[in-house]
Amino acid sequence: MRGTPVNGNLKGPRIRRVVASAVALAAAMGLASCGTSGPSGSSADSSAKGLTMWALNDQTILKESVDAYNKDHPDEKITLRLFANDDYKQKLRVAFGAGQAPDIFFSWGGGALNDYVKAGKVDALTAAEANTDRFTPSVMQSATFDSKVYGVPANGLAPVVLYYNKKVLADAGVEPPKTYDDLLAAVKKLKGKGVTPLSLAANSKWPTLMYLEYLLDRQGGPQVFSKIASGDAAMWKDASVTKANQYLQDLSKAGAFGDNASSVGYDQGASTALLYTGKAAMEVMGTWEYANIAKAAPDFLKKGDLGYTALPSLSGGAGDPKSIVGNPSNFLSLNSSTKHRSAALTYLKDYVLDGSQVDAYLAAGSVPPVKDLESKLAAVKSSSDKAWLTFVYNLVEKAPGFQLSWDQALPSDQADPLLTNTDKSFLRQISPADFGVNMSKAAS
Amino acid sequence: MTVTVPARRRGGRATGTGLLMAAPALLLFGLFGLVPLVGVAALSLARWDGLGSVGWAGLANWSSVLTDGATWQALGLTVKVMAVSWLVQTPIALALGVFQAPRGRVRSLFAVLFFLPLLLSAVAVGLTWQALLDPSFGIGATPGLHWLAKPLLGSPELALYTVVFVIAWQFVPFHALLYQAGIRQIPTALYEAAALDGAGPVARFRHITLPQLKYTMVTSSTLMLVGSLTYFDLIFVLSGGTGGPGTATRVLPLAMYITGFQAHDMGRASAVATLLVVFGLGLSLLTTRLSGFTRMDSRQEGM
Repeated sequence: MRGTPVNGNLKGPRIRRVVASAVALAAAMGLASCGTSGPSGSSADSSAKGLTMWALNDQTILKESVDAYNKDHPDEKITLRLFANDDYKQKLRVAFGAGQAPDIFFSWGGGALNDYVKAGKVDALTAAEANTDRFTPSVMQSATFDSKVYGVPANGLAPVVLYYNKKVLADAGVEPPKTYDDLLAAVKKLKGKGVTPLSLAANSKWPTLMYLEYLLDRQGGPQVFSKIASGDAAMWKDASVTKANQYLQDLSKAGAFGDNASSVGYDQGASTALLYTGKAAMEVMGTWEYANIAKAAPDFLKKGDLGYTALPSLSGGAGDPKSIVGNPSNFLSLNSSTKHRSAALTYLKDYVLDGSQVDAYLAAGSVPPVKDLESKLAAVKSSSDKAWLTFVYNLVEKAPGFQLSWDQALPSDQADPLLTNTDKSFLRQISPADFGVNMSKAAS
Repeated sequence: MTVTVPARRRGGRATGTGLLMAAPALLLFGLFGLVPLVGVAALSLARWDGLGSVGWAGLANWSSVLTDGATWQALGLTVKVMAVSWLVQTPIALALGVFQAPRGRVRSLFAVLFFLPLLLSAVAVGLTWQALLDPSFGIGATPGLHWLAKPLLGSPELALYTVVFVIAWQFVPFHALLYQAGIRQIPTALYEAAALDGAGPVARFRHITLPQLKYTMVTSSTLMLVGSLTYFDLIFVLSGGTGGPGTATRVLPLAMYITGFQAHDMGRASAVATLLVVFGLGLSLLTTRLSGFTRMDSRQEGM
């Protein structure tokens, strides 16, 4: 009997020579390709006639603005490509690096957009070119660098608010918390009732970060983070950062997030479901959650069981309880190497958040960041939507500050250490003071 | 290195034909294996954020990667995944292989069923298990299974083992298939002779099946070890792309991805990637050397 033929030995001198020459060839080709395909000279990826635009695939209303534009401009159409949230940022980055980037792209503003601005990949827009004066000024700040505007807001305001299940709170005899101490007291009562007090998708990490953003803003005021965002790494070691982490860990220690939070991911909708199924009493989340709930549990909304309020105040904190954190808006920016600048500007100026877009956003329960919205708000038909929209509009109007999410505000190389340390602080793997120490190390 | 290559040469012709026949494979390997490798090695000496221009960094990336505790923690986790995976998968795969090897309708039915996980993409497997392991809405919510309602993927102590379990669920079928094939190649004459000599099933398994499967085991182990060194997609999906909770499942390939594509530090990520290549190469050389795989003499000498 014979064994199976074996071809595993790469040992003979002959083969070694072949491999060596292949390596040499490969090296030569590698060098050659380094010379030609460097990240220089990127040109927008577009067919001869039209433009391309990239956005996230949940932006269905934004898509309508592209459709409207295409109807009016059949010779220079926009091809819209929609992507899933998770890998969009990476895709965009790689596309820019490879010179395959779209003419118009969607972003969160802040530090991530500033990366592109600093690399010269984005064109500044003058007020006249894109009619930027129609937007809420506090929102425009997220896309303004060196007092130049690099993006046009493209969807609704997204401050973080506290949602609650009215029925669950009533059953436990708890009022919606107005202060942090109320919140802790509510946590104890709700835990006694066997429900998770606060639904948190800690597996996704960024929902946990919302707590730190809010707690630091209440504790230290907005200037602490604005100093950090402007590059002052030592500010991470400020006492208020430690205190904010302390408050987060206190909540966690009190069982506010239940036993399973670290297994819950946001994208699967589990944290939302916990709230509307009554397994959890409250959730801290961005305003987009309203539309998610309306879609996943319309009956819950219809029964009027969904409550929402501003994040609780913190006694002894330096921050203003009217301040908000979250995402002011998403932005559309212009690739500086586009060959269709005027067409892109036409789209940004006349089609993004125009009258019909504003109506569509309001109908979907989202407040677009445009000025003088009162009359439109008053005209909203559904009473539950109207109450919600007015709540969000007033929250933003009255807010002295609107802090952009830290993971968007900071340069992207700090986003991962930030999320990882937030998670570790939440899991109490590091002490409240360690958070600041680790972050200042990562930032410097 | 025990193979002696014949010294005789019949001019350049034999070499030429050999080269010619190997050319397509070598070309593909060179183009998609070696070229990127050289590019990555070069990039590990550069500073590049993926957007701006590439700058020279010298050995800065290397010194920062090698002195960073996170790198070594990630490497430790990788080794742990490797070792635990091997310990979990090998006995199960061997047992399944032994079960599947004899012909029979029930056995082939089971063999097909066992094989199914391998046909699914890692992302599908990851998302499915993530949903199943959700403590509030997953299997833990089934009456009678409430003891499973634990943060299996969320607890820093359990997450890595949960990940290893899901990896095993997907890859045990493949290794079972290897063992099945290996067992089917063992001549029945050996078993018949042993049975005549009065060897029981356990003795036959220990003295015939296991020794005859030596090279199957080496192959399977090498694939398993090197595979788990670079294992990425399932861990990425199961941890929500973060290697969390905390950094409890951030293995080296995931750390590389996060450095490169989330922190946009291509230079450092390339240094980590080069480290991975070196470890992988070392590991496969080591396993083949230690196990005598390179000699690969027949296990059926004298038959």
